[in-house]
Amino acid sequence: MSMRTASVLYDVPGPRARTRNLILGVAGLLGIAGLFWYVISSFADAGQFEAALWSPFEYTGVQQRFVDGALDTLKAFGLAAVGSLVLGSLLAVGRLSDHFAVRVTSTVVVQFFRAMPLVIMVFALYRAAFGAQPMWALVIGLTLYNGAVQAEIIRSGINAVPRGQAEAAYALGLRKTQVMGIVLVPQAVRSMLPAIIGQLVVTLKDTSLGYIITYPELLWQMKLIASNSDGYPYIPVVLVGAPIYIAMCLALDGLARWIESRGRRGTTRRSTTAA
Amino acid sequence: MGLIFENGNFSAFVEGFLRTIELSALSALFALLLGFVLAAFRVSPVPVLRWFGTAWVTVFRNTPLLLLFFAVTFMLPPLDVHLDSFTAAVIALSAYTGSFVCEVLRAGINTVPLGQAEAARSLGMGFGQTLSLVVLPQAARSVISPMGSVFIALPRNSAIAGAFNVPELFSFQKVLSEEAYDIFAIFFWIALAYLAISFSINAVFSTLERRVAVAR
Amino acid sequence: MKARRTVAAALSVLALTAVAACGKDGSPSDAAPGGSSAPQLPTYTVKTDAKLDASPVWTEAKKRGKLKIGAKADQPFLGFEDVQTGKRSGFDIEIAKMIAADLGFSADQIEWQTVTSTNRETSITGGQVDYYVGTYSITQARKDKGVAFGGPYYIAGQSLLVNKDNTAITGPETVKDKSVCTATGSTSIANIQKYGAKVTQFDNYSLCVEKLLTKEVDAVTTDDSILKGYAAKNQGKLKVVGNPFSEERYGVGLNKTDAALQKAINDALKAHEDNGDWKKAYDATLGLSGSAAPSVPALDPIAG
Repeated sequence: MSMRTASVLYDVPGPRARTRNLILGVAGLLGIAGLFWYVISSFADAGQFEAALWSPFEYTGVQQRFVDGALDTLKAFGLAAVGSLVLGSLLAVGRLSDHFAVRVTSTVVVQFFRAMPLVIMVFALYRAAFGAQPMWALVIGLTLYNGAVQAEIIRSGINAVPRGQAEAAYALGLRKTQVMGIVLVPQAVRSMLPAIIGQLVVTLKDTSLGYIITYPELLWQMKLIASNSDGYPYIPVVLVGAPIYIAMCLALDGLARWIESRGRRGTTRRSTTAA
Repeated sequence: MGLIFENGNFSAFVEGFLRTIELSALSALFALLLGFVLAAFRVSPVPVLRWFGTAWVTVFRNTPLLLLFFAVTFMLPPLDVHLDSFTAAVIALSAYTGSFVCEVLRAGINTVPLGQAEAARSLGMGFGQTLSLVVLPQAARSVISPMGSVFIALPRNSAIAGAFNVPELFSFQKVLSEEAYDIFAIFFWIALAYLAISFSINAVFSTLERRVAVAR
Repeated sequence: MKARRTVAAALSVLALTAVAACGKDGSPSDAAPGGSSAPQLPTYTVKTDAKLDASPVWTEAKKRGKLKIGAKADQPFLGFEDVQTGKRSGFDIEIAKMIAADLGFSADQIEWQTVTSTNRETSITGGQVDYYVGTYSITQARKDKGVAFGGPYYIAGQSLLVNKDNTAITGPETVKDKSVCTATGSTSIANIQKYGAKVTQFDNYSLCVEKLLTKEVDAVTTDDSILKGYAAKNQGKLKVVGNPFSEERYGVGLNKTDAALQKAINDALKAHEDNGDWKKAYDATLGLSGSAAPSVPALDPIAG
């Protein structure tokens, strides 16, 4: 994708441009390398690479905490993902309902939860009702917020399904719920899958808010490891923990790309048979 | 609901509200600047800069914002960078939001018809001129709506700063609930504040969208 | 592009499993520092014949064979969990253990539960824990929520933790315009603001202590017990200064409906305070900070 844009935005470099790009490239590389060197040597000067600070990672107890944290993160994510997709579909259909009351209610719910910071909601839920089960405060907060966002994605997907689909379904004698449930929503979800999974990545990242309400997900465990080990290895813990989050998100992102490429293949095939 | 008018809570509430706005506005500005630079990097003819842009966006888009706050709070002092908490929050928020801005811009650049850039180049414009005079102004149009989502998310995200020594609305919620006020009443006032912020930004972006919309 | 992503994912999984495969057990701090001259923790004789049929909580615990005790996990030398071994240690933990011994439960029969400040009342009244020991101040508001207290077993007061080389801060009167760190929303904020300090607030105290060690803040303030724990943890780097300028009476929290258990806890506290275990426990935990043991507080009478 970027290659296409890139080649359009500038000419195929001639000898002078090549030299210039080379010089810029080397300068850029030196700059970035310099920055890295500065960061790493400052960390080293501050003693952040001393073996003592990294030794906690050698112990099974600590590794187990990373694993437990990641599993609890995934557990909250799984529940919230399912919850937000169900709620999102319901709200999307609600916003397109023929009944005025249903339409208005769904719209208000969607607008409200889209505007509310997740931290504020999760914390309020935690304080109001789920002090003893922080996981549910987190899952419900995530479901409400992401459900509202997913609703908007699915709604725009439903609007993008060709009108003929619904008309054909009605002509076959299907009722409104059936048209929505078995014709429009499945197609909308399929066409919006990349956006939906994109939002799921956000959901996954936001499980880290469990930290604030003491739900023992990955970030909370990272903090406990850092604060309960000798010398407070915050920097080593961040350097180990951040890649775990990035890897989980990239895996989900890779799934989105894979589905997108499959979907594209599918539509091409359909259009060729149609032609 | 009356809690807001007791014990000087009202001034704390207003202060938190203003701090949220200040934090969001500053972060929006820097995120926009950073996003432009990163987007330019990602489409530039210099491979090293392209890689750097891609790496930056990959890291910051896939790291939880809370973890970024952590990183800024703990990784800067050993680098001998000593900042107050507000500045640290602005840095974390801009670095995070900037990568989203970059992606929106890049998608926008892709929507500009190829012929535009080709025409610009045939007039003898270089990369910088093509990008800033021809492509980006046209990309701006298709970018406004997704950019709106990014900037509506920003004040929402800024609430995390409350856990890191910035006295904004989330910290107001925390302090008051610690003082055993009714959590629903606190939530009511804070919800009101965020709805106001969210709808104002929404209004700004829909106006913008209407202004630049071109009948084709 | 796609292939590279897959390879990267596979590599990271491999790296994780590799790390997991070569882990060490135990903890580096297993080797006791200080040698034999360091103060030793007391040992408690378990009263195997303990009988407390009047207490429903005790009867239930005996049937289960396990005593569920709520504690904190992030306060060094007070209520602390070693992340490497999962072992609990600290002054509050010792108090919990000495009570458990008198109730007829050995250390292996204790099931520890980490309960944070906000969850204390719900876990006690909801029965998730049999009793709770973790910097829990005796207040009327908490009693109104269905909690009864044994003790007090320690009188804490707000104090200041500073770097060892800091001579400028000697007590609350000297913190004007200094930056002082404490936990968001805690009662310590108002107390120290009265003295003109600039307050920095983080989610918890360990973040504050980290900021103190890197000299981003001048002092940390909260109960002296918590501060002593951090001073003991960072021996030679930090010290607790000034006389306490507030009073927090730590109690053992339990369900209000169980008067028999409350009496048993008070009896246990009294016995171990009298036989010197209390002092020994203090010296081997909070005492490592260099602060001498305060006097043992008198127990509250049990209200009818």
